[in-house]
Amino acid sequence: MSAVSIEGLTVRLDGRIVLEDVWLEVEERDFLGLIGPNGGGKSTLLKAILGLVKPSSGRIRVFGRDPVAARPLVGYLPQHSIFDQRFPVKVLDVVLMGRYPRVGILRRYRTEDMEAARSALDAVGMLGLADREIGALSGGEQQRAFVARAIVSDPKLLLLDEPTAGVDVAQQREFYDLLKQLNSRMAIIMVSHDLSAISAHVEKVACLNQRLYYHGSKELTEEDLAQAYGCPIVDMIAHGIPHRVLREHR
Amino acid sequence: MNALVEEMMQYEFMKTALVAGLMLSVLCGVVGVYIVLNRIVFIGDGVAHAAFGGIGLGYLLGVDPFILALVAAVLSAAGIAAVSRSKVSEDTAIGVFLAMGMALGVLLMSMSTGYSRDLFDYLFGNILAVSWIDVRIMIVLTVVITLLALALYKEFLILSFDPHYGEALGLPVSRLKMLLLCMVAFTVVMLIKMVGIIMVIAMLTIPAAISRQHLCDLRKIIALSVVLGMIFVTSGLLVSYAFDLPSGATTIIIASAVFFASTAVSQRSAPT
Repeated sequence: MSAVSIEGLTVRLDGRIVLEDVWLEVEERDFLGLIGPNGGGKSTLLKAILGLVKPSSGRIRVFGRDPVAARPLVGYLPQHSIFDQRFPVKVLDVVLMGRYPRVGILRRYRTEDMEAARSALDAVGMLGLADREIGALSGGEQQRAFVARAIVSDPKLLLLDEPTAGVDVAQQREFYDLLKQLNSRMAIIMVSHDLSAISAHVEKVACLNQRLYYHGSKELTEEDLAQAYGCPIVDMIAHGIPHRVLREHR
Repeated sequence: MNALVEEMMQYEFMKTALVAGLMLSVLCGVVGVYIVLNRIVFIGDGVAHAAFGGIGLGYLLGVDPFILALVAAVLSAAGIAAVSRSKVSEDTAIGVFLAMGMALGVLLMSMSTGYSRDLFDYLFGNILAVSWIDVRIMIVLTVVITLLALALYKEFLILSFDPHYGEALGLPVSRLKMLLLCMVAFTVVMLIKMVGIIMVIAMLTIPAAISRQHLCDLRKIIALSVVLGMIFVTSGLLVSYAFDLPSGATTIIIASAVFFASTAVSQRSAPT
């Protein structure tokens, strides 16, 4: 069964077409990089997979289910989580939030939830910081904590929206290694505008600019990118090693 | 000091005032922390002022003004939430509801007779005028709201920290927010009795703000806010009795003084 199956998805927000006739299949162990210009609908596509945005037409199935019904199977890392950096909450409590779909309303977290939170923190190498306040961590550490929150319910699909924003280059490398490990257990869809990172670390790439220009592999052609971005491209990915991909443009 | 307390407690209205004040401290501690964390301080202020419309209507109809104040508070909370979901910004919505409620209250009160004496109490509070019936209502509300906050602790934590992520988790975000606003509305109306419409916001925010300067565990912050509220209310009553001052204003002045002292201390101890 496909992790995600999207057939002819069109989404309108405030009367504007954000996604148009998108077709996409993501298999169970896929690691898909989603690139495209700002406002191209990348975040909206993730939200549609989560059932947060309703299709104007077309159909989305997540593990064969309706997106809302499939939420317990999906982990989500929102784009640069906007939160009060002085918010009084410990890292462990932030990770526990990810157990909510399993625990449900009005029920308390139990020992098994605590254990799941600890092992998720362990998986991202953050167990030692479990009792620290979230605002006291560096950008990279916070991002790891949010990944732990996204995987704490043992999802089969992980959706990451610009996960490396605010993470320095040294930490980014470790971060992609972590994602590679996680990929052995779950499908991953990662939105990014970092083309070089995408092509170095993911298996498949798709370009989204209202329409989806999907590619089975990360070998992009100049025409593909030009089509998706609607602007000229230079220095294509050569021999699997990306150089400069975009020419200066407005 | 002991003699003063003994003398004070001979008066029935002082005992009632103290019990009411302690109950309200619990409400302020629990609800105030969520108000501060959710950054809805000015919704609380708007709701307090809008409640005045209900008070005016109660006067005109001869119904208990606080029952209608509750209705007006809940309706304006819902109104602010609904209007700010449209293209109107939240602070604009608050401003309109705040002014409209006050204007309605003044108009309606002016139509009934003998309003000016009580008007002062509504604006600036008079905890000495609280009756035992009021105290019973406060106890019930405090118990219900505290139990709700305890039962929904994990949900309110997600709502306050990151509502967008909460939505992705399947948390009923808009219903929880509405529930929180109702809790705010009820608390605000009860507080009007103690400190009056204009100073409600101080009792809701100051204890929570001080606690947050020194603690980082949400449960402890709530607990300290409750304790601080109790200290402010008790000392406010004592000082106002000793020097024959208005109790609401005295309480707020004490709370503000502690807030500034606490801010100075936490600035000094902070590394930056």
